[in-house]
Amino acid sequence: MADLSVDICGLSLKNPTMLASGVLDETGKTMASIARAGAGAVVTKSIGREPRQGHGSPCIVELGDSLVNAMGLPNPGIDVFGRELEEAKKAGVPIIGSVFGGGEAEIAEMARLMADAGADAIELNLSCPHAKGFGAEVGSTPERVESICRAARSGLDIPMFAKLTPNTSSIVDLAKAAERGGADAIVAINTLKGMVISPEARMPVLANRFGGLSGPSIRPIGVRCVYEIRGAVKIPIIGVGGIESGNDALEYIMAGASSVQIGTAVWKHGPEVFSKVCEDISEFMNRNGFDRIFEMVGVAHEVKH
Amino acid sequence: MKSSIRMLKVSEHIDETPNVRTIVLDGSIEAEPGQFVMVWVPGADEFPMSISYIGDQMGITYQIVGDGTKALSIKHVGDLVGIRGPYGKGYTPIGRKPLVVAGGTGMAALSPLIERLKLNQSEVRVVIGARTAREILFRDRAMKAGAEVVITTDDGSEGEKGFATDIAVPILQTREHDIVYCCGPERMMTKLADKCSELSIPMQASVERLMKCGIGICDSCAIDGLHVCRDGPVFSIDVLKGFSEFGRTKLDATGRRIDI
Ligand SMILES: Cc1cc2nc3c(=O)[nH]c(=O)nc-3n(C[C@H](O)[C@H](O)[C@H](O)COP(=O)(O)OP(=O)(O)OC[C@H]3O[C@@H](n4cnc5c(N)ncnc54)[C@H](O)[C@@H]3O)c2cc1C
Ligand SMILES: Cc1cc2nc3c(=O)[nH]c(=O)nc-3n(C[C@H](O)[C@H](O)[C@H](O)COP(=O)(O)O)c2cc1C
Repeated sequence: MADLSVDICGLSLKNPTMLASGVLDETGKTMASIARAGAGAVVTKSIGREPRQGHGSPCIVELGDSLVNAMGLPNPGIDVFGRELEEAKKAGVPIIGSVFGGGEAEIAEMARLMADAGADAIELNLSCPHAKGFGAEVGSTPERVESICRAARSGLDIPMFAKLTPNTSSIVDLAKAAERGGADAIVAINTLKGMVISPEARMPVLANRFGGLSGPSIRPIGVRCVYEIRGAVKIPIIGVGGIESGNDALEYIMAGASSVQIGTAVWKHGPEVFSKVCEDISEFMNRNGFDRIFEMVGVAHEVKH
Repeated sequence: MKSSIRMLKVSEHIDETPNVRTIVLDGSIEAEPGQFVMVWVPGADEFPMSISYIGDQMGITYQIVGDGTKALSIKHVGDLVGIRGPYGKGYTPIGRKPLVVAGGTGMAALSPLIERLKLNQSEVRVVIGARTAREILFRDRAMKAGAEVVITTDDGSEGEKGFATDIAVPILQTREHDIVYCCGPERMMTKLADKCSELSIPMQASVERLMKCGIGICDSCAIDGLHVCRDGPVFSIDVLKGFSEFGRTKLDATGRRIDI
């Protein structure tokens, strides 16, 4: 019988699936309901120092099973988010607090405040592709990724993950920089910067014009990124991007991810997607003689063509 | 992959009251009464609107509130408006003798329901609450459908003076009605919900929260862990009564909790 539990940087998860940041995770009760539906951990919406409305509407475009979003990091600010975090923790799974900021000092402060608010680990959002002055705008060069990670890591006594952008010529260099800066794990990938134009309206649909593509259409890119990163760093990798099924999660795991995050799939498949993915993984393991998740992590690298 | 937005031509733009208008779009829609669409006014905004006319042509009946609805109000016949949806869960038309209670623009969502109920041979009574006589919405439409219509106005300029609940609550006491449908200000709906649960009368109400994605992923319209865009906007009384936030708090555009 397969055992799905995993250990990520000292956090014990009953299974390797987490809710990805920004999807159904702005309020405590919603996060708790996703946890109860089967997620092994929940990553919060990315939270900043001050309340922020985010971009105007339209902030989302549906493209089949994929999405282009430009929410623009709306969030109530860290001062009041603690209440939501407390509520989320009632569900009994680790809550990973995602934070963003405009530079290393602010991000380091945010990480510390999120830890004080009760998060079990911190995820640094160095990768949102559509918020001016934040996210990928501070996380696109190895130098900045390293200095931000170093600054944030120094004041923290809980695990810290660095979530990286694929909108770069080398995500591997960013991952190496995050490792040098002291990140305990890499999260890859955030959305791909994109645009949708309505020919009839003759303009981009998103109010922000640019957005981030997520869902099944980015999965091959995410899997490739994780595969490349696995060859370059020693710290664990958390794979995210387009996972809808156990098979999709296994692609990431075999590419080198110790656990996975699921975001967009919750839209089409509901919160049940977590238990469904776990069932699929479990069946696969039983059929293929795997007892623990770690036995499968990175195995795709061993195969010689 | 094509985006799910349909660009539709405005085929008619009708003044209903001094600040409420109906825009009719040249595109068909199949929906339950009470479901909504996301309306994109290019260059301005996108916002949720109940579908007020369901069928070969789709209608939206709106009040001018901010920039988005103002931009919609200056669209002319032939101009394009983007629509995605229908979304959410609507009303279930049941009941032998339903009571329909509308406040504000609530009749926009309730009118297709009234017509559906009449098709089902239900005996429908409607209470329409408005601030003043000129703002009474869709009275003729409800009467044409064959419903009995009762009017209340806050200033007494027509019908009974008072709020819709001042009439609806005593009507409920008579126990003539086997279900209540409502859409309007939250205060009105909480009052009715209290009465209905006291008398064990089923009720379905349409809840409004600030909405962004419309498809159940962004958590903006959360109410006690459920989502108005996906689990609602219409909720039954059992669900409403379980909410701790209904009638009390909502989220602003940043996600901060504010009192209602
Ligand atoms: C399910 C549902 C059905 C609705 N049906 C109707 C209807 O039939 N007729 C009608 O007149 N109004 C309806 N509303 C309210 C309507 O959505 C708002 O009045 C409208 O969004 C105001 O937009 P604005 O750009 O003019 O105003 P602004 O205040 O400038 O709005 C800015 C943004 O906030 C959001 N927003 C503001 N108010 C609301 C609100 N109350 N609910 C949701 N989002 C909001 C919009 O997404 C908009 O992008 C409905 C709301 C919901 C949730
Ligand atoms: C609506 C939406 C909002 C998002 N918000 C955030 C965010 O606040 N912080 C963040 O790090 N990632 C955010 N993301 C990115 C996701 O966490 C994830 O990296 C990406 O969507 C790919 O995974 P998926 O295909 O499973 O959705 C958001 C994604 C979506 C669709």
